[in-house]
Amino acid sequence: MTEPPGGSPGASGPGAVVVRLPGPLRDLVGGRRELSVSPAPATVDALLDTLSVEHPVLVRRIRDETGTVRQFVNIYVGDDDIRHGEGLATPLAPGTVVHFLPSVAGG
Amino acid sequence: MTFLLSIGTRKGLFLARSDDRVSWTIEGPHFLAQEIASVAIDTRRSPARLLVGVQNMHFGPTVAWSDDLGATWTEPEHGAITFPDDTEAALARVWQLHPDTPERPDVVWAGCEPTSLWRSDDGGDTFELVRGLWDHPHRKDWAPGFGGAAVHTVLPHPSTDEVLVAMSTGGVYSSPDGATDWAPRNKGISAYFFPDPYPEFGQCVHKVVADAAGPDTLYAQNHGGVYRSDDRGLQWTSIADGLPSDFGFIALASPHTPGTAWVMPLEADAARVPPGGHLRLYRTRDGGRTWQENSSGLPDGVWTVALRDAACVDTAESTGVYFGTRDGTVFASADEGETFVTVAEHLPDVLSVRAALLP
Repeated sequence: MTEPPGGSPGASGPGAVVVRLPGPLRDLVGGRRELSVSPAPATVDALLDTLSVEHPVLVRRIRDETGTVRQFVNIYVGDDDIRHGEGLATPLAPGTVVHFLPSVAGG
Repeated sequence: MTFLLSIGTRKGLFLARSDDRVSWTIEGPHFLAQEIASVAIDTRRSPARLLVGVQNMHFGPTVAWSDDLGATWTEPEHGAITFPDDTEAALARVWQLHPDTPERPDVVWAGCEPTSLWRSDDGGDTFELVRGLWDHPHRKDWAPGFGGAAVHTVLPHPSTDEVLVAMSTGGVYSSPDGATDWAPRNKGISAYFFPDPYPEFGQCVHKVVADAAGPDTLYAQNHGGVYRSDDRGLQWTSIADGLPSDFGFIALASPHTPGTAWVMPLEADAARVPPGGHLRLYRTRDGGRTWQENSSGLPDGVWTVALRDAACVDTAESTGVYFGTRDGTVFASADEGETFVTVAEHLPDVLSVRAALLP
């Protein structure tokens, strides 16, 4: 389940993955800066699947209908860009912080 | 009565209102910093529904709609247009949103990139891929133009189930039921960029519109060539004589007066600017046999263009003609293109405009 940090007891805390959102995506989750997902999903892909249950529009902003992360969206697990690692198969552990960030692009 | 002009730009949606089509007030932007490649005003509904094809450059494309003239917007949770899993495709841009006839009040068509046609039966909330066109054996040979590979024109027949589409590149296709058996209708349209300049398909048709006389009479602005058809696209004939150039993007037709249509010729494929820097619309009153240059209210020293969907007409008795340019200027005419006023300046690049007369 997803909750704001400090929300329902047991939803956040050391067993959860924390997702940090950029400003343009916060309106999709009631203005929250972070979401906490507990228990921690095994991978980034599993994290997105879990989030899509409660926040389908948010997840459509991150990956397209083929499951591919959008070209100008970056996902960091801790300080590491998943594109330089195992991609959506990047493993998650309890306590991991995941960032969804717009890349340096635009016009 | 109020005239509403919906202006989609590269960085948001603007709404202009006027009682006389001379003095305009502008509101917006909605969807700030997001591209609005397609707009529609569905006046079959009361209140009218605004539809927009939105493209967030980071977070992807979608369709949103508003039943309160932009005060609030709705986007279905799982996306209005999403490719089925087996296609292994992803929506890149919504190029066209086209409400069908009043007799099919909930049907809205969407033309999209990658090249695809979509049908909504719930007023544009959700769309279904038209498989017959997606699975067409010619698909592998349709190629992207510079702007991308898309269906950009959808012309449903007003009294039958036939639907005609145009795509760049690929050309014109028609289906008797809007679903299956899509056949090319490009005979007579040039494709000078192929060894065979008159292939069965592959043309880069920029826009097709239907004449007020009926759905069989069509005008096409091609990537080099302006054409007319009198048999719903089975055969096309050049009507470019009298124009300064046969290259351009837009084509418009009067909803009331047979034989009346407008195009905006550009210098050439390799010089996509108004000829001599003179921003002009050309009008025919006789189905393309002769053309009249309309210059009143339109500037000189202009080196920008109007893109294919950045032009429209309204349905008033004296047809309003509208277009916007890539330098963010929007023009309106209340007298069928005789004279123009400037609606807005210094907007982002104008990509799409649609006008409607609202109660």
